[in-house]
Amino acid sequence: MSEATLRARVAQEVAEVIATRRVGAYQHLTVVAPGVAELARPGQFVALAVGGETSGTLLRRSFSIHKVSPSGTYGGTVEIVVSAVGSGTQWIVDRAPHDTIDVVGPLGKAFPLPTDPVACVLVGGGYGSAPLFWLARDLRERGCHVEMVLGAASEDRLFGVVEARRSSDGVTVTTDDGSAGQQGWVSDVLPEIITRTKAGVVYGCGPMGMLHSITQVAEAHGAVAQVAVEESMACGVGVCMTCVMPVVGADGTTRMVRSCVEGPVFRGDRVRWDAFDGGHARVPDDAVGAPKVGGH
Amino acid sequence: MVDLSVDLGGGRRLPNPLMTASGCAANGRELHRFFDVAELGAFVTKSVMADPRSGRGTPRMAETPSGMLNSIGLQGPGIDVFVDEDLPWLQSVGARVLPSIAGSSSTEYAHVAATLRASRAFDAVVGVEVNISCPNVANRGLVFACDPMASAKVIALVREQLPRDIPVFAKLSPDVTDITAIAAACVKAGADGLTMINTLLGMVIDTDRMRPQLGGVTGGLSGPGIRPVAVRAIWQVRQAMFDGRIPTVPIIGVGGVRTGRDALELVAAGASAIQVGTVVFNDPSAPVRVLRELCELLESKGYAHFTDAVAVAHGR
Repeated sequence: MSEATLRARVAQEVAEVIATRRVGAYQHLTVVAPGVAELARPGQFVALAVGGETSGTLLRRSFSIHKVSPSGTYGGTVEIVVSAVGSGTQWIVDRAPHDTIDVVGPLGKAFPLPTDPVACVLVGGGYGSAPLFWLARDLRERGCHVEMVLGAASEDRLFGVVEARRSSDGVTVTTDDGSAGQQGWVSDVLPEIITRTKAGVVYGCGPMGMLHSITQVAEAHGAVAQVAVEESMACGVGVCMTCVMPVVGADGTTRMVRSCVEGPVFRGDRVRWDAFDGGHARVPDDAVGAPKVGGH
Repeated sequence: MVDLSVDLGGGRRLPNPLMTASGCAANGRELHRFFDVAELGAFVTKSVMADPRSGRGTPRMAETPSGMLNSIGLQGPGIDVFVDEDLPWLQSVGARVLPSIAGSSSTEYAHVAATLRASRAFDAVVGVEVNISCPNVANRGLVFACDPMASAKVIALVREQLPRDIPVFAKLSPDVTDITAIAAACVKAGADGLTMINTLLGMVIDTDRMRPQLGGVTGGLSGPGIRPVAVRAIWQVRQAMFDGRIPTVPIIGVGGVRTGRDALELVAAGASAIQVGTVVFNDPSAPVRVLRELCELLESKGYAHFTDAVAVAHGR
């Protein structure tokens, strides 16, 4: 990993919630965190402590940053989108305005931006679309044609369809059950969009299975995939070693790398998708330091 | 102002008793973004073995009440990269370093210690912690710290490789019938101090999938939930020292320390230094916060020297 990544500045702030609202199946929170807001780039994430200083729930929950407003009325603000899947995320969802949350960020690597104004397709699965809107704005400022694809199981699990229309040059929606947009998966509509727009880059954020299929479709159509992964993390800052995944480095060698500091954004064709299976990621036999007979 | 300095052997006084815990702080750069790692009494690095090691597959963690299970499997760069990159970096920022070393055989421990000694940044090393108690090895029976003879052999070989002024600390497991027997064997073999405790072996079942939650099936339990186990282990070993069953050596206390009060609890049980581990995942600046809180607490209780509080709960 590069020195620059580790030197990247980071803030730890007790952030006041100033707005919280339900959006479909999700909760959209705005917190005052000027240190984070000033530094963040699209694709980076924040790690939130759960339950206050004496909480028995120790591990932070990580969320990609949906939006920052470095000079808002309340000072710099950061917005995130949360899906309550367990008691920790439920606690965050239950925060009311003026409650505080301990926030660390921005963390991880941002989406790399193309130097030339190439067409880009941004694909979000469920609330994985959260970081794509300000990415879309940054890309369009560089002269890129930007189309977005939002997919989810059902309409209430889509996030940001209206915002996508404001942020991009074209939006395609898919749902598994057909309750909104085209029935099917994002990978069903992606080939046509890449071909029609002559896209050079496909950005994705969402479940691992979706990121794998985005990578395959991009590769088959001559585009580069940049995917932001969702691995479970205990710390988010690079010290716990729990969020590792097998990724091929520039030297062609596979290593178990931390998705919190070397990711969360990876080039799709560098991820060892063959190692992922049913919630497990095994260590590929050819990875650096892989277990010999008998295991670790 | 309380005198926080402490002598853990080797004739080098540390400015304070606060340390990171091995495996909870990586090798320094990550936490240096949150606080100056040179402010700590010592920085304890992640256990390093002879060769690069991928660690286990995922999932590697499971959250538990006031703690977590981890199943990392000693992922690391190997001692050659450690002495070429990590140790010189720690030296460059002025950190005092307590490297943690591990091996799958006693000769591997000795090789790692010898490589460390021969390295260009060895001046930054204030002691070596010998991890004989990591539960995340393929065969649980390989945990050296469950057997006094195996523990003694590793400690003796490591002790031989290092200069006399570099204290060697044996890190012990609480998952044994009598921790004082292991402690005695380690001290007799040449350990200059003891670090207590490593994680406890535990397991969580994912009841959605009806299978073990960790990829490695079992893992090490850590966090505030295990603090009473650490206090007990430190107390027992310190009592054995008072009773003359074990020569008196410094104990580095570790296990579930979240606040200055928690640190003082381990100190009163007999710890001469304190490591802050899992709580760093909750609060990346916890080591310096705990140090500040401990200092304020000692001051409020009227202690002039940190060392006056060590083991005071015995005989009360």
